[in-house]
Amino acid sequence: MIRIENIIKSFGEVKVLKGISHTFEAGKTNLIIGRSGAGKTVLLKLLVGLFAPTSGNIWYNDIDFVNLDKKEVREIRMKVGMLFQGSALFDSMSVEENIAFPLDMFSKMTKKEKLDRVNYCLERVSLDGVNDQYPSEISGGMQKRVGIARSIVLSPEYLFCDEPNSGLDPKTSIVIDELIKSITVEHNITTVINTHDMNSVMEIGDNIALLHMGELAWTGNKDEVLASDNDLLKEFIFASPFLQKLRDAAARNA
Amino acid sequence: MNDIGIGSLVIICLIAVFIGAVTAVQFSYQLSGGLVPRYYIGYVVRDIVIIELAPTFTCLVLAGKVGSNMAAEIGGMRQKEHIDAMEIMGVNTATFLILPKIIAAVIVIPLLVAIAAFVGNAGGYIATVPTGLLTSEEYIQGLRSFFIDYNVVMMFVKGLVFSFILTSVSCYQGYFVKGGSIELGQSSTNAVVYSSILILLFDYLIAIVLTQ
Repeated sequence: MIRIENIIKSFGEVKVLKGISHTFEAGKTNLIIGRSGAGKTVLLKLLVGLFAPTSGNIWYNDIDFVNLDKKEVREIRMKVGMLFQGSALFDSMSVEENIAFPLDMFSKMTKKEKLDRVNYCLERVSLDGVNDQYPSEISGGMQKRVGIARSIVLSPEYLFCDEPNSGLDPKTSIVIDELIKSITVEHNITTVINTHDMNSVMEIGDNIALLHMGELAWTGNKDEVLASDNDLLKEFIFASPFLQKLRDAAARNA
Repeated sequence: MNDIGIGSLVIICLIAVFIGAVTAVQFSYQLSGGLVPRYYIGYVVRDIVIIELAPTFTCLVLAGKVGSNMAAEIGGMRQKEHIDAMEIMGVNTATFLILPKIIAAVIVIPLLVAIAAFVGNAGGYIATVPTGLLTSEEYIQGLRSFFIDYNVVMMFVKGLVFSFILTSVSCYQGYFVKGGSIELGQSSTNAVVYSSILILLFDYLIAIVLTQ
């Protein structure tokens, strides 16, 4: 579980996050949604410690993450997996080497044990036989799956995903969503996903936080989205003309 | 080590040959009056190559070749979020990415400087003996005259300091790059410019300190 309390983040004069408090629950897919520029990525980077908050607290269970020293932050980070928007796979390493990288850094496994673990993770994301291929030789969807495999190889307690569906076709997006959801439940991970994707919101949104101009505008779950009368949420969810038509048609039928 | 050392050996040797050759020909021209013994040319070439030209030219060339490469490599990793990914995994990225480069450089570059000094002296021989400016005996007598081994120490000190400067400045420029491809190009250029200026500045300071 991760809890944030009154988080404020400013860059110079610009206040990007204006006092956000929220709890990201373990074993659930916690979504941060909002329009571009709402502060989603900044919040995610604060959660993983790539930025420091201007004020406020971040709690990893009972640990005050903001006031840890560098060594203690590294210890927490060993329990963290992250899937980047562009996957951030190391170009000069094969898929197998990419996934084994955290094991090489932090485990004392034998070569055989590492290979078994890598193969297990690849199997878990439904990728077989790509061990020796390089990131440039596989598709965007496969790169995301390799990114997920790398992020779960050390069995993290916390998983962060920065727009996991960006650049993917709708069908592959659903596969990635289902994968993240099942891994979250299976290992009781606290998963935080930063997304624009409406399918993700409606399919895996266990705990959703809507950001608007640096403020928390709405919280709830996927079942509460359609029933909500929050104007900002409705504006965000039904931003596309296609969804507006569907909503109007549903209203007419009703 | 391979990229810095073996990968740069040919260019360093090529430059060193011409440095030695040009120095020998120029001194041969300037000492043509007859007042100074001809073998002094070998002596002057040896000392100027060892003390100044081999370490400085080698490191300036490596600042352009290796330094820009390091800045671009690390800057590219920063922009593709590879460094962020490593940080989140708990890797100390400065230690993991930069330290091995600095260690490799401070081991390999002084060796390259030593090779450049040897090849530079050979370049002086090639430029003067076959062309008849000096006899082989005169040049070798010059190389063996008034030898001060402290000059070799000075050469290695310069090699060590310059190699540290060029790798640390270049890695710094890449590690803290912000923005896109234009900024990445600028960081690569800055790596070369700042390392070169610092190398020349420290060349002067080392010369003052070590010749007191």
